[in-house]
Amino acid sequence: MAENGSGYVREVAHRVFAAELKESNLQTKEGQDEQYPKQYLITPTGAKCNRIFIVGTLTETENVGTDSDFWRGRIVDPTGAFYVTAGQYQPEAAQVLAKTAPPEFIAVIGKPTIFTTKDGNVLTSIRAESIHVVDAATRDRWVIETANLTAKRIARLQGNEPDAVKAREHYSTDVEQYKAMVEMAVESMRAQ
Amino acid sequence: MSEITTQIEARFLELGVKVETSEIEAKLDQLINMFKVPPEEARRNVINYFLKKYNIPKSEFFIPRETPQVKASDIKEDGKWVTLRGKVVQLWESNSESISQAGLFGDESGTIKFTKWTKSNLPNVEEGKNYLFKNVTTSEYQGQFSIKLNKTSEIIPIAENIEVGTTLTEFTGAIVDVQSGSGLIKRCPECNRALVKGACGEHGKVEGVYDLRIKAVLDDGEKVQDILMNREITEGFTGITLDKAKEMATEALDQGVVLDVIKNKLVGRYYVVAGKKLDRFILVDSIKLDIKPIEEDIARILAVTAAPVAMEA
Repeated sequence: MAENGSGYVREVAHRVFAAELKESNLQTKEGQDEQYPKQYLITPTGAKCNRIFIVGTLTETENVGTDSDFWRGRIVDPTGAFYVTAGQYQPEAAQVLAKTAPPEFIAVIGKPTIFTTKDGNVLTSIRAESIHVVDAATRDRWVIETANLTAKRIARLQGNEPDAVKAREHYSTDVEQYKAMVEMAVESMRAQ
Repeated sequence: MSEITTQIEARFLELGVKVETSEIEAKLDQLINMFKVPPEEARRNVINYFLKKYNIPKSEFFIPRETPQVKASDIKEDGKWVTLRGKVVQLWESNSESISQAGLFGDESGTIKFTKWTKSNLPNVEEGKNYLFKNVTTSEYQGQFSIKLNKTSEIIPIAENIEVGTTLTEFTGAIVDVQSGSGLIKRCPECNRALVKGACGEHGKVEGVYDLRIKAVLDDGEKVQDILMNREITEGFTGITLDKAKEMATEALDQGVVLDVIKNKLVGRYYVVAGKKLDRFILVDSIKLDIKPIEEDIARILAVTAAPVAMEA
């Protein structure tokens, strides 16, 4: 759909809850460009993400850079927390993290990344492309949308789509666990 | 009219029947000029008359030539034979000798590029006129579809005036990007192109004319959709008029401030847009915050998660 003359296709921003992203560690590379292949992170319910979109509550910000500014923010959704980073190559996003006083509702569009710590822990975070302060209604809409899309992925997980198969084989995904996560997120909206 | 006559004559000849030119002409003349029947309808009527007269089954006459009539927006496959009914919206200068005419052909569903080969020996079409393009082939280049008129195609002028592309496309999603080239921009006074660093791609350094617009990307988590808002929509939606935008830029000594304000207002929020589909864009006619109540969704999702996961084959 979003294809122009050069054959470039913009990546969809997937919706994934924090609890699911935290469990994600299956990376794949694709694309014709050998030097800069496109990186994807396949999540336990089979979302193949090059880009994700999250909305949640910014609860902490910290400048963890040594030489130059490197901001990190913790963003909470009904299922857990995301870490979002913005450094010198994302100046606009870094500015927002620097200026915003938590708590605040915030929307992030960015690339999921994973790295392994010295003691072997795999951590996921989001390298922000853009960060914007939003309102409570936007946050609620995101939770519902993400629940809906996650439920759809869970339903497809038993099927033959390549991403679903890869996710199933790699994670041996516990469907009940993710259904419970979706339910919990949705119930949290009802309680309000 | 003489064109329809020759077509009918030729087609009957192929079936081994010599129909007198004058006879066809007389019948067409009567229907079109005396009884005000649209040419296409008259053609059909005349053909049916001669089919009956010479006892030719309809199936024999039509099957080899009839291709399905489709709408411009339905064309999603390469190498299909189709028939379209629409209006020549635009003619472009042809830059190749093998192409006699090229441009945009549109119907109610949208527009599609057409190319008429010189070899096809087809009559020329005029901008703003309506035609039936019979027996044309579809083709695809980098995801864009077009139609080609060849030797076996027919161009039949029709009297009806077709309203092009008024069907609106709607899309709901979050705005995930506002692209550069949005906000306060300058356009070339000659060709209306947006200037890049004060220069027009065609006319070089020119004194630009200010304009406001937004190019953004909507995303619903499964698909992306580019949207384009013109000055009128941008002003109404952001509350920033062109004059206000110029003022803001002058104050900040930076055209980019307008873009920043727009980004902060739009990015990360959910919108419903409606407008005409043009190429990969939706030309926005209306845009509003998505405020559909979420209670229904809550109930629906809970019903889905409560059900056991079905095993798909």
